[in-house]
Amino acid sequence: MASDSDSDEDFVTYGTPLEPLEEDEPLKKPVPLHEQTVKDEKGRYQRFHGAFTGGFSAGYFNTVGTKEGWAPSTFVSSRQQKAEKQHVRPEDFMDDEDFSEHGIAPREITTSQEFSSGRKDAVREKARAVNAQAALIPGDTLLEELISPARLSIGVELLRKMGWKEGQGVGPRVKRKARRQQTKGSSRVHGVVLPPAGSEDSEQEEDDDDEEFAPDNVTFAPKDVTPVDFNPKVGVQGLGYRGLDPGLALLGGGAAEHIDLFRPQSDTRSRLFGGAQRGSRRGGGVAGQAFGVGALEDDDDEEVYHRDSMSRYDTVLGGEEPGDGLYGWTAPQQYKKKAEKSKDASYLGKILEGFTLAQKPVRDKTIFPPPDLPRDYRPVHRFRPAVDVKSLSGVSPALAEALKTSRGHMVKEEPEQGGRHQLDSGQRRALLGEDTLQGPSSVMELLRPEDRERLKNLRNSSNVPATKAAPTPLSQDALKSAVTLAGSLAARAAGSADHGHDRGHDHGRQQEALAAWKGIQTTSQTFRPFEKNPSKQARYEMYLNRLKQGDKDALEQSLDSGVTEWERSRERDEFVRASILYRPSSSSLSSRFTRAKKEEDDNSVEVSRDEEGDVDDKQAAVNMKMFGKLTRETFEWYPDKLLCKRFNVPDPYPGCGIVGLPKVKRDKFSVFNFLTVTESREPPAPPKPPESGKRSRWDVSGQKAEEKKKEEDPLSELLSAARNQTETKPEKTLPASTSTNHQTPDSRTKEAKSADQEKGNKDDQEEEEVEEEENRPPMDLFKAIFAGSSDEKSSSSSEGESEDEEEEVGDTKKEEVQGEPQLINLFKVPSSSSSSSVTSSTTTPNTTSSRHTAVVSTQNSTQVEEEFGPKLPPPSAALSRGGATSIRSPAEEEKLSKRSKDKKHKNKKQHKHKKEKKVEKPNKNRVTLSPDCLFFSLLNLPSFIYRRRNTRSTNTKGSSKRRARRRRRTAAQRRTVTVENQSRFPQKSCSKD
Amino acid sequence: MTFPQPRPQAPQLPQHLLTTIDCQQGAVRAVRFNADGNYALSCGSDKSLKLWSVSRGTLLKTYSGHGYEVLDADGSYDNSQLCSCSSDKTVILWDVATGQVTRKLRGHAGKVNCVQFNEEATVILSGSIDGTVRCWDTRSRRFEPIQILDEARDGISSLKVVQHELLTGSVDGRVRRYDLRMGQLHVDFISSPITCVCFSQDGQCTLSSSLDSTVRLLDKSTGEMLGEYKGHKMKGYKLDCCLSSKDTHVLSCSEDGHVYCWDLVEGSLSLKLPVGKAVVQSLSFHPTETCLLTAMEGRVQLWGLEPEETVKTEEDTMAS
Repeated sequence: MASDSDSDEDFVTYGTPLEPLEEDEPLKKPVPLHEQTVKDEKGRYQRFHGAFTGGFSAGYFNTVGTKEGWAPSTFVSSRQQKAEKQHVRPEDFMDDEDFSEHGIAPREITTSQEFSSGRKDAVREKARAVNAQAALIPGDTLLEELISPARLSIGVELLRKMGWKEGQGVGPRVKRKARRQQTKGSSRVHGVVLPPAGSEDSEQEEDDDDEEFAPDNVTFAPKDVTPVDFNPKVGVQGLGYRGLDPGLALLGGGAAEHIDLFRPQSDTRSRLFGGAQRGSRRGGGVAGQAFGVGALEDDDDEEVYHRDSMSRYDTVLGGEEPGDGLYGWTAPQQYKKKAEKSKDASYLGKILEGFTLAQKPVRDKTIFPPPDLPRDYRPVHRFRPAVDVKSLSGVSPALAEALKTSRGHMVKEEPEQGGRHQLDSGQRRALLGEDTLQGPSSVMELLRPEDRERLKNLRNSSNVPATKAAPTPLSQDALKSAVTLAGSLAARAAGSADHGHDRGHDHGRQQEALAAWKGIQTTSQTFRPFEKNPSKQARYEMYLNRLKQGDKDALEQSLDSGVTEWERSRERDEFVRASILYRPSSSSLSSRFTRAKKEEDDNSVEVSRDEEGDVDDKQAAVNMKMFGKLTRETFEWYPDKLLCKRFNVPDPYPGCGIVGLPKVKRDKFSVFNFLTVTESREPPAPPKPPESGKRSRWDVSGQKAEEKKKEEDPLSELLSAARNQTETKPEKTLPASTSTNHQTPDSRTKEAKSADQEKGNKDDQEEEEVEEEENRPPMDLFKAIFAGSSDEKSSSSSEGESEDEEEEVGDTKKEEVQGEPQLINLFKVPSSSSSSSVTSSTTTPNTTSSRHTAVVSTQNSTQVEEEFGPKLPPPSAALSRGGATSIRSPAEEEKLSKRSKDKKHKNKKQHKHKKEKKVEKPNKNRVTLSPDCLFFSLLNLPSFIYRRRNTRSTNTKGSSKRRARRRRRTAAQRRTVTVENQSRFPQKSCSKD
Repeated sequence: MTFPQPRPQAPQLPQHLLTTIDCQQGAVRAVRFNADGNYALSCGSDKSLKLWSVSRGTLLKTYSGHGYEVLDADGSYDNSQLCSCSSDKTVILWDVATGQVTRKLRGHAGKVNCVQFNEEATVILSGSIDGTVRCWDTRSRRFEPIQILDEARDGISSLKVVQHELLTGSVDGRVRRYDLRMGQLHVDFISSPITCVCFSQDGQCTLSSSLDSTVRLLDKSTGEMLGEYKGHKMKGYKLDCCLSSKDTHVLSCSEDGHVYCWDLVEGSLSLKLPVGKAVVQSLSFHPTETCLLTAMEGRVQLWGLEPEETVKTEEDTMAS
């Protein structure tokens, strides 16, 4: 560093200046990069190698010393030189580079600390010693101390003459607490210590070490000042970097521990200050920041890499520690720990025992003048009404819960904060050790009985504002208290304006609780909601007992009279709620069961907390079409958290683990968990004939009951009714029966009609019977009719697979039993048969006419295999015919329907004709050769239809095999089909043609 | 509750047949418009699900993978996914473009009657004959449902999702509305087995058809009955009902081969649409236009406001 004194400007130059360019000198060519080489001292090229050894290769191309490798030591006979020991030093294995300045064992003489700076005074030494704690070799200063200096400086001699001793500070002796360094004036004094400026004031200085009282006549030398040892930073390494320590590297010297830059208080410190010396464990090896932990080193638990964290740094500048000002914020740790200061000593004797002086002077409180009271101010406090959570129907349950708990359930965490509010006045009284108030516990008792009565009435009438009924005829002394009471009531009424029905609601709930508990004789253990508060639980139980006795005033009587009105109202609410929530499962039936002797928790099962209400009531409401409140029920329902997330909806019950409907524990073996109460109450048989569609398919029992009922009806009545029904309601049962074939129900009904007319037994009575036909006759009846073969055959015929076996049976039966044309069946067959059981089963139930025929059995059998719930319509006839579908536009279908209507008319005309043909039917059945021809010849169909049929039949005639099969099916199906839903036929038949 | 004002002009009803599609997949169990109404899904009893272009009436894709007849289907809002349910007790999530099964969700104990995406297609809700509604997560790879709603005591026949509300109709005669936002379950007792439930477009009413041949319009919040629609026949089959796109009319399938259409406010029958001879099993109203899809047997028919002569004649010629 050199400063140019000649120039006026204060330039600071650094480094070696370039030699000035001479005139006329040719410019040097810059050496290109690839020609820039590094050679070692022997002229060998060095190639850049790595970071550890300065970046250059070592040895002979990173291997060994010579080109030849290791030269083995020449063999020497040991005879002559037996005694001579081989002394192998580490240096023998070292390269030349290792002995160089930057190697691990430098041999050159370098300036070391000892030589660079001479001995200084002891103060300086001490400072160095302190600083050396963080230094590299901790022992060096100690060594220096051991070798005491031979010569002292004149200043030290002089000081000694003046009475100064080593380790003392310089300056006049101070009286008390002198060793406390004054921080004010003498901070940052290095070298010679100035006398403390305010040593007289030091009396007021805090004592840091000992709190003892020092006698007045003892003086102390001022504390020695330890200056900071400023070592100039040499080298270009980063702050805190420590290179290889040669001493440690080879000899495994004392401090082989891992350096911790940020923990100055290592064990060297303890060594320095006389702490227990830790034995060095390290046997050898190279240590330093440049190296990690070698594989050979034995202690693995040592921290290999520094883990630095920001917490080790000060993030704030300033904020001088209240120390002795020696070090500032960089002071060693022991200086930072300052004992708690106290000025107590100066106040000794003046302050009371057990008290200490305040750390901070008390700030003057600004005192505000009290507000001016308005002239009409009346010092009456109105309590806020208790929030009736239940009555706020619109509030979400979560909010309601929050409201409920907001009353101070945080007691657990802060007992001093909220606990007061949790206790009732009795408990508070017990805490405070007060006696029960002797006076009247309630203002009510101050009133005269008649006034009390009035007030009670007033209170019970919910909607009447209490103020209006403010008692005028009260006596003067009672008036005051009554006004207070009325005021609170009024506030109550007004405060709960939005839930004005509060009272009424409460009353309703009380009634509900009463109804639930009344007459229950079980003394068994019920749920104890207030177990934590025994007296409250006792009151609750008393309340329950009274409820069981049917006491209407149970609530009022069982409440604690010693508490305030507000608490009582709260308790009232709680009791009612609890009694409703934990009411016995069924009042009527639970008395018939005895409780288990021992109640076990695992004997309980979780059931839905909210039971559905009475179904009968709802049914009645539905019948009256009074939908709304009567049919609506609302439950709390807990959606899954993830579901809410997926729906982008906030969780309505955050932090609640319940999913679905909330469950409560009930006895596992209680019947009521599995039966709903309403079901048990259900009347055995509804008086009216149940609608067919109303029931689920579950209740076969209902059907059976129905069947039994029908069983009583005489057979003849049934049959005639059947005929009647088809006759009277052809339109209703067959709204879509606009098919082209004529012997579908229409024709049958006509025949039936004619037959009836012949008999002449048609009267009005039958009209009524029609109503009863809604119900299906019992199966047994049909068994009786179709003796023997009917049951299994009909059911199996519906399956459509075993047509072959049943062919004959069906045929014979048909001929025997049914006096109806069967030709139609020929046309129906393909669809119904191929659609198999699904069709037959699904088509049956919704027809009324099918009820009174033999299909009942088939229906029953198919319903077993049918699943629950509304069925699906049968697959289309087109499909069932094997994919030969023809799309017909509705327009065309309309045409067809028109035609069929025409045909219907024709049917009527052709009644007699048909009747004649009826006789021939059995024959036709047997023939079954060409149903089309027969059919048309029978019915005298219009020619265009006939033509149409022919064309269609030619299409289908393709395979005679199929036809044969169809015929077989026909036979099998006939029985079913005839009795099946007629409304279904048209579609099949029409799609067929 | 306010109803839309009755319009002075004649009611706009889809009374003209526009297209007839023969789906060639057996009986069509359900037909559904997609979210924007440009496409239609038909669920066949031959285990296939087919996607159709409504305007052209052409088949776009067939999705096969179910083991039994497909009962219901729904498309996601972005048309990228389909879900379908089947009698084979599974719910399948399909990729629309590739036709591959994205996920096959098993868990129901019986045939699955109805299926719906929620609004963002993050959840599939499926109602089954086993009486449960299962909420399947489409976002995760979980194979278990997020939640099982087993409140119903009988099979679920129909369910609808709108925003944060889930409406289910059950054979136990109850319409249940799960409100996720409020965390409440509202149960409306109808008594007769429910075949189909719908939300109105304005979200204020629920429509439920039941096996007593009645369609009822209930107020969503109170459960009061606002309208009752009768005349059709629904006694045994699970048939659909719906509201028109403008909430002006109530439509219902009938077993007598018609679609009945009532005026919502007056409750009078305004249209009796003859679809065919068989049972009209399913119908779906276009989300915005006056357009109706009906399914009967193996055919799906599209009905519109204006008659389309060309189609009709074409059909005629084809038929003849």
